[in-house]
Amino acid sequence: MLKIVVCLKQVPMVSELPWDPVMGTIQRDIAEGMMNPACRSALETALRICAAEGGEITAVTMGPPMAEEMLREAISLGAARGILLTDRKMAGADTSVTSHILARAIKMACVGFDLVLCGFSTSDSETAQVGPQLAEELAIPGVAGADGIEAFGRTVRMQRSSDNFIEIMEMDLPCLITVTEGEFAPRYVPLGGIQAAFEDGEILTLTAADLGCDPEKIGVKGSATRIMSVTSPTAVKKNLVLTGAPKRIVEQLFARFEDKIGGAIGRDLKAEKTK
Amino acid sequence: MSTSKKAIWVFGDYRNYFQNRVTLQLLSRARELAEKIDGMVCAVVFGHWTDEWLGEALSNNPTFCGVAKEYIAHGADRVYLTDHSRLAAYSMETYVFLMERLARQEKPEMILIGATAFGREFAPRLAKRLDTGLTADCIGLDINKDGLLIQIAPSFGGNLVAEIITPQRRPQMASVRPGIFQEIPHDHNRTGEVINVPLPRDIPADRVRLVRSERRLMREQKLEDASLVVCGGRGMGSKKKFAKLFELAELLGGEVGATRPAVYANWVGHEALVGQAGKQIRPQILFSFGVSGAIQHTAACNNAKFIVAVNKNPEAAMMKLADVAIVADASQVCAALIQELKRRLRLRQ
Repeated sequence: MLKIVVCLKQVPMVSELPWDPVMGTIQRDIAEGMMNPACRSALETALRICAAEGGEITAVTMGPPMAEEMLREAISLGAARGILLTDRKMAGADTSVTSHILARAIKMACVGFDLVLCGFSTSDSETAQVGPQLAEELAIPGVAGADGIEAFGRTVRMQRSSDNFIEIMEMDLPCLITVTEGEFAPRYVPLGGIQAAFEDGEILTLTAADLGCDPEKIGVKGSATRIMSVTSPTAVKKNLVLTGAPKRIVEQLFARFEDKIGGAIGRDLKAEKTK
Repeated sequence: MSTSKKAIWVFGDYRNYFQNRVTLQLLSRARELAEKIDGMVCAVVFGHWTDEWLGEALSNNPTFCGVAKEYIAHGADRVYLTDHSRLAAYSMETYVFLMERLARQEKPEMILIGATAFGREFAPRLAKRLDTGLTADCIGLDINKDGLLIQIAPSFGGNLVAEIITPQRRPQMASVRPGIFQEIPHDHNRTGEVINVPLPRDIPADRVRLVRSERRLMREQKLEDASLVVCGGRGMGSKKKFAKLFELAELLGGEVGATRPAVYANWVGHEALVGQAGKQIRPQILFSFGVSGAIQHTAACNNAKFIVAVNKNPEAAMMKLADVAIVADASQVCAALIQELKRRLRLRQ
């Protein structure tokens, strides 16, 4: 029976992002959370491996207390239990510190794990760094960006497209793989599943102190990088603004730019009749 | 072989040389950064038969061949080269091991790595081994008044750009998106030294076994190379309305791109994604429909020569980037454009 750890991250729901019209930015504080799509693929991969090989899934996340609801969702989908790493002291961690904390939790609470699966990247920051750094922290072999994974015995085989190559690779357990979104269509949460997960699901909550983290090495303090400024780079371009009825707008657009558009596509778009 | 000059290293990612010239782009930017800190530019190359790697395609020009010489001709002062049969194929574990060993020995001030698929896994592993900071997928690099590397990167899902530094630890590391910097033209009169670094004897066995690796014959680059792109976002409203963009693109002889929300909503496949995790486009003309303009998207399309954006919200970031900003419902304007184009193209027949 394989012991599988799936690392998940809760991200702001993209389709529901509240836009601040004055600032021109996303209001992250009131954004609704969802399971990061690539993490969902990682969970789906774990569920399929369990169905084929037999196994048990532990879902791990680091985040604010509300991330618990995502762990409940993972349990409703088939994970055996969830581990929530939540502590104000962990806030502001860069990818290296995040991978350090995840590694401590996995070593402490998932003794004897066989396979760690992560999403390839997250939709909110897209660094794709935590997975590879977690493999380093756990000192196990790892592959990033797998499209398909099969486990047989103590070996996993995966395929990925990397730059211009299609690669097929193998490694022995224990190991870590980050999974791209798109290959497996994730399953739906069963009706009543989340409620059952809220009632019976086993969630272990751990703080920095529980993990024995050195406070100097976590959160903002422990991060090697420092954000100096965050700006909205909206370049103020002197542009032409068109408003009104769509048909009228399109007429104006062609009146001014028919040569430009026609030139780019190599066609004459002038309105006058030639014959 | 070490000098007192601060060194900026560039990882020599030559595997897809002709499709992806990010290493040359980084050498160029590293040269400019080196001026500001009175430093030098070094490239690091691991491989086998690297002297002949570029030979085939460049055989019509006998003045240069080989990866190391190519990097010198494009701006490197020094190339560290480990050439060994063990390095015939790219290997993550081996390359990280070699780079860590060399960096600990030579102590570079900065390491820049192209954000190829390989580079984006290689960089975080290396940063972890060296216990230093790293910024992913930078869209700009500079030097601040203290001589530190400013790593400019998209931030937090919005249309934000963060300036990040690594104040204490060394080296300062960044992975950098391809297509941001302009390479220096090849100059075969440029000189530099090549330092041959022998393969360490204690190199560990690879735990990841490459069973098969196939180069894809022709990478589909339609969207990346298109001179006209029609891009749609959440503002298109529905899958059915989004599908109209394909009709428009066909009339215009262009390709269809999409933002992340449109891909998530399953209005279009992942291959159409224009953005940080998708494709970089640089068309002559970009039509952008119902796109708010998150930085992950705009950084991948703001090299378009001429942008027409349609959005109900005149304050949307994409509208600020546009040459023509149309304040209207995206799908209605799309429909009107189709109608007008059909009329005009029919007249031509």
